[in-house]
Amino acid sequence: MSFVGQVALLLWKDIRVEARAGELIYATGLFASIVVLLFSFSFLGGSPPTVEVMAGVLWVALALSGMLGISRSFERERESDTLRAILLSPTPRAALYLSKLLSMALLMLIVVVVVLPGLLLLFGMRVDGGEAWLRLFALLGLGIIGFSSVAALFGAALGRARVREILLPLLVYPLVVPVLLAGARGTYAVLYGTPEALVDASRWIKFLLAFDALSVTCGLWLFEPLCGHE
Amino acid sequence: MSTSQRETNVSSITVLAALCLLAAGGYLIVPHLILGAPTEPTMGFVQRIFYFHVPSAWLAMMGALTAGVASAIYLYRGSERADEIAVSAAELAVIFGLCAIVTGPLWARKAWGVYWQWDVRLTSTALLWIIFIAYLFARKYGGPGSKRLAAGLAVFGAADVPMIYISVSIWRTIHPKTTVVPTLDPGMRPAFWLSMLTFMFMFFVLLGMRRRLERLRARYDALYLEAQDAGLIDD
Repeated sequence: MSFVGQVALLLWKDIRVEARAGELIYATGLFASIVVLLFSFSFLGGSPPTVEVMAGVLWVALALSGMLGISRSFERERESDTLRAILLSPTPRAALYLSKLLSMALLMLIVVVVVLPGLLLLFGMRVDGGEAWLRLFALLGLGIIGFSSVAALFGAALGRARVREILLPLLVYPLVVPVLLAGARGTYAVLYGTPEALVDASRWIKFLLAFDALSVTCGLWLFEPLCGHE
Repeated sequence: MSTSQRETNVSSITVLAALCLLAAGGYLIVPHLILGAPTEPTMGFVQRIFYFHVPSAWLAMMGALTAGVASAIYLYRGSERADEIAVSAAELAVIFGLCAIVTGPLWARKAWGVYWQWDVRLTSTALLWIIFIAYLFARKYGGPGSKRLAAGLAVFGAADVPMIYISVSIWRTIHPKTTVVPTLDPGMRPAFWLSMLTFMFMFFVLLGMRRRLERLRARYDALYLEAQDAGLIDD
């Protein structure tokens, strides 16, 4: 089977498991909506939140909810020893890493589907024009890949480590700070909407592209030595 | 312990002692040179923090790079020696990073009027510091397999170092650029470079001592397990 075929098969396995259990989709989606609601409650009554606040809320909600889903997804694999079973098979480690990266990215996409309408409704967020929407989607897509590339590596590498539920966010959040920063700054520029701001947003998209290239390369390189001993 | 091992031990202790003496000598001389260096006209006396701040920041980056490279060697070759160096260098990155993070805001309060600015150089340095705090946390509380996990983190942490260095050239920032040291006032150079050298001696002394401690700790653990297996001590 080709490399791409193996990645697709492993990804399809994750999707089928989740389609049967439904646990992660509902838990993550619900948690994301609660986070947005909590943020909207904390800004109640005052003047309408600024675009900086909206951009920050979007990315913080994404990071918090994404981490919850990713953490639970690996815990489920650990409970039934499925990750170890795949590691024992002759599947290339790179295929396993990429499939995990993509399944984490899909999970985070669900968060976006919940958080974005939440912001449009509760915060009165406005994105003007197709060009701005395109840039926002590019920022979100690249941000999600950057976040998932780090989370998939360390989530799989946690193995039997103690205090896993604290360790994963502690390892992942410092490494994805550039993603959150670039995402929030880029989103702010998109929401601001002037032609100069859109140029600034494109700069942050390029930054995210460079980050993704670096983190996926590091992930592919480190997956074998980090997870080979599971 | 074999004779050759004992000889290596004696020679490494001699090197450490010599470096320690050099560092101690430096710490006696450097304060006089710093006080004698010309006062910067706009910032005044507070600019002298520069002689501590820059070496601390450089050594924090050196510690992070050393930890990253040693961790990569540990991950690929399984070398315990590399792991000992990695953990020692990571601790030094945290200590020297703390020195840079404390001295920086003290200087900034006088020079910029604020303790902290979300400027790219400051943000990436704070990030590096947090990454290595997480490294030490993972090693201490992570349990089985945490050494590998922490090593992976150190490799990512080391990738932050070039970013810190070039950040001032790419983004608009209020932090001084990398051209400050090469264009330093000739009167300030002896104080700065001797301070740098002294800090570096200190770095290598601490690295050597901490690595030795780590090796002794590993030997102690191995002996303890052996004694336990032989029934010499209770579980």
